[in-house]
Amino acid sequence: MADAPFLLEIDGLHKSFGDLEVLKGISLRVRPREVIIVIGPSGSGKSTLLRCINRLEEPTRGVIRVDGVELSARGVDLNRARKDIGMVFQAFNLYPHLTALGNVALALRKVLRMSRQEAEARGRRMLERVGLADKASAHPGELSGGQQQRVAIARALALEPKLMLFDEPTSALDPELVGGVLRVMRDLRDEGMTMVVVTHEMSFARDGGDRVLFMDGGEVVEEGPPSTIFRNPAHQRTREFLQRVLHA
Amino acid sequence: MQDFIANFANLESLARIYPLLLQGLEVTVLLSLVTVPLAVALGLFVAVLYSFHLRFLNPLLILWVDALRAFPVLVLLVLVFYGLPFVGINLPQFAAAVLALALNSGGYYGEIFRAGIEAVPRGQTEAARSTGLSAWQAAFSVVLPQAVRHVLAPLAGNTLELIKTTSIATAVALPELLRSARVAQETTYNPTPLTAAALIYFLLLWPLTRLVARLERKMVASR
Amino acid sequence: MRRLAETFFNAEVIATYLPALLSGFRVTLELAAAVVTLGILLGLALAMLRAFRFRLLNGLIVAFVDVFRTLPQLVVMVFAYFGLPYAGITISAFAAAVLGLALVLAAFAEEAFWAAITAIPRGQWEAARSTGLSFGQALASVVMPQAVRIAIPLLTNRTIAITKGTALASVISVPEILDKAQSAMSISANASPLIVGAGLYLAIFGPFVVVSRWLERRYGWII
Repeated sequence: MADAPFLLEIDGLHKSFGDLEVLKGISLRVRPREVIIVIGPSGSGKSTLLRCINRLEEPTRGVIRVDGVELSARGVDLNRARKDIGMVFQAFNLYPHLTALGNVALALRKVLRMSRQEAEARGRRMLERVGLADKASAHPGELSGGQQQRVAIARALALEPKLMLFDEPTSALDPELVGGVLRVMRDLRDEGMTMVVVTHEMSFARDGGDRVLFMDGGEVVEEGPPSTIFRNPAHQRTREFLQRVLHA
Repeated sequence: MQDFIANFANLESLARIYPLLLQGLEVTVLLSLVTVPLAVALGLFVAVLYSFHLRFLNPLLILWVDALRAFPVLVLLVLVFYGLPFVGINLPQFAAAVLALALNSGGYYGEIFRAGIEAVPRGQTEAARSTGLSAWQAAFSVVLPQAVRHVLAPLAGNTLELIKTTSIATAVALPELLRSARVAQETTYNPTPLTAAALIYFLLLWPLTRLVARLERKMVASR
Repeated sequence: MRRLAETFFNAEVIATYLPALLSGFRVTLELAAAVVTLGILLGLALAMLRAFRFRLLNGLIVAFVDVFRTLPQLVVMVFAYFGLPYAGITISAFAAAVLGLALVLAAFAEEAFWAAITAIPRGQWEAARSTGLSFGQALASVVMPQAVRIAIPLLTNRTIAITKGTALASVISVPEILDKAQSAMSISANASPLIVGAGLYLAIFGPFVVVSRWLERRYGWII
């Protein structure tokens, strides 16, 4: 399955919370090594889309396939599948009772069944990769927001996922800390990681991805290469949104 | 199952002993009605006294509360009921129970009110004093009403515990609910009175338990 | 004054009954250790089970908690000792005392642990599950270590209060401190054994009270 043309396939994805339909039939194809940026106003369903991909939210209808494995099927081994999908949250969600290294190593030991030694060795390599080798024994409370988010990225990377999901990774950060996180994400892209990134960071949207999706009201309004979306959007809604965020 | 019901929910036995249980219930209710206000008053007094920040008094108050917390209330009751006669003070069972329970629970109430008072900004007292209220007036009409709202959950919880604790008066043979049930059980050779007493306690106190749980949840949520 | 000293601090009486009191001291320690271990572990297990949200099981757990939060400890203890034999279950007084107190402590502990579990942000679960941890693994490795830390200050006072209830075991003649002190007092017609007994209780629970004060100051929790 490794040679499948698409790493992520989504077909007709619907999601409702009670009467409220948040996703109204999303379809998406993502090739290996591709970086997709999802933009749109708050409440447009971007985060829900991302959370459906690793089934933190249960889709109401539709098919999701990751590397050929149908995630939306019944009886699928979710824990196994999730280890191939890294997720980075807006609020970092680091475990406050564990050190940075402990955060990275936990799933290695529990899910991959590595020995403590192996897990910590790989954990250190991952922290090094995000530039935090010297913070291995710090607890989350002792780290800045940007450092916490980089640890969270290391935690997801440690499982060697095929796909990384970023849910507004810089929205909770002070402006001066955003750069460090974006740098790590650009490095990842350059190493060939497949990524879906929900972000409000328009500079990253413009030059960080291969394709931009503009979502509004639970639908993909339009998609295309960043240059087209930013310079020549086809839809009025896209234009209005960009005007608002770029000139705010 | 039949045997079980015949044993633990024997209606015949219940019919015979229910007057005894009713008397016991009466004593339990009476004991609670006398003790709760007394203990609350004692607690209030201690807490307000503490809030005046008298340098020599406060360590003593803390010591008293801590001694009570380290001290089983039943031991206190036994001291009061069996110990005091050695110095010529003979209290009847009811009075001994009231004294021991109020002393013990008063310490807890005091601690709770104290925490509540500390949560009220100091400026409240200063504002009240600046309008000519005395220290006691400021404490009772300005600070306490606000303090109580901070500590409703522990107040209700402590009241529940106090009422439950009245059952220890059994140990000095005061014929309250548990004691009555024991007597009935021994005269009828049947555990139904114990079941009945447990049920009465439960029905009596369960609403309070629910209330405490609700207040506690609210308190945690507001943090 | 001398008479008072002879009544309450009689060296001769104390010397005579000290061995008995010390054996009571040991029994109290054993009771306390058993109650705390069993009660906390049972409460922890129930709270963790509750996290799985099986509807029927959760109903039972909530009912258990409500019943044992509501019933007085002594009632549970007396029921276990005098009531259960009618159902063909005869347990020792020691076991009945442990059972009565441990069930009550378990109810309060379950509640504290459960409140702590629900206080853990959803993001912690999501982060754990997104790295492939199963529900049980997320609960055990991510949620519980944090929940236990939140629950400890909530639980200390309650644990001390319930463990002090070991004195209640004297009512069903468990040979613990109060039981030994009372029988020594009635044989010697002297209150000194009771005073020594009271001192022994202070020796056991005093340190815990000091620790709980420290915890309160540190975490800002009351009762």
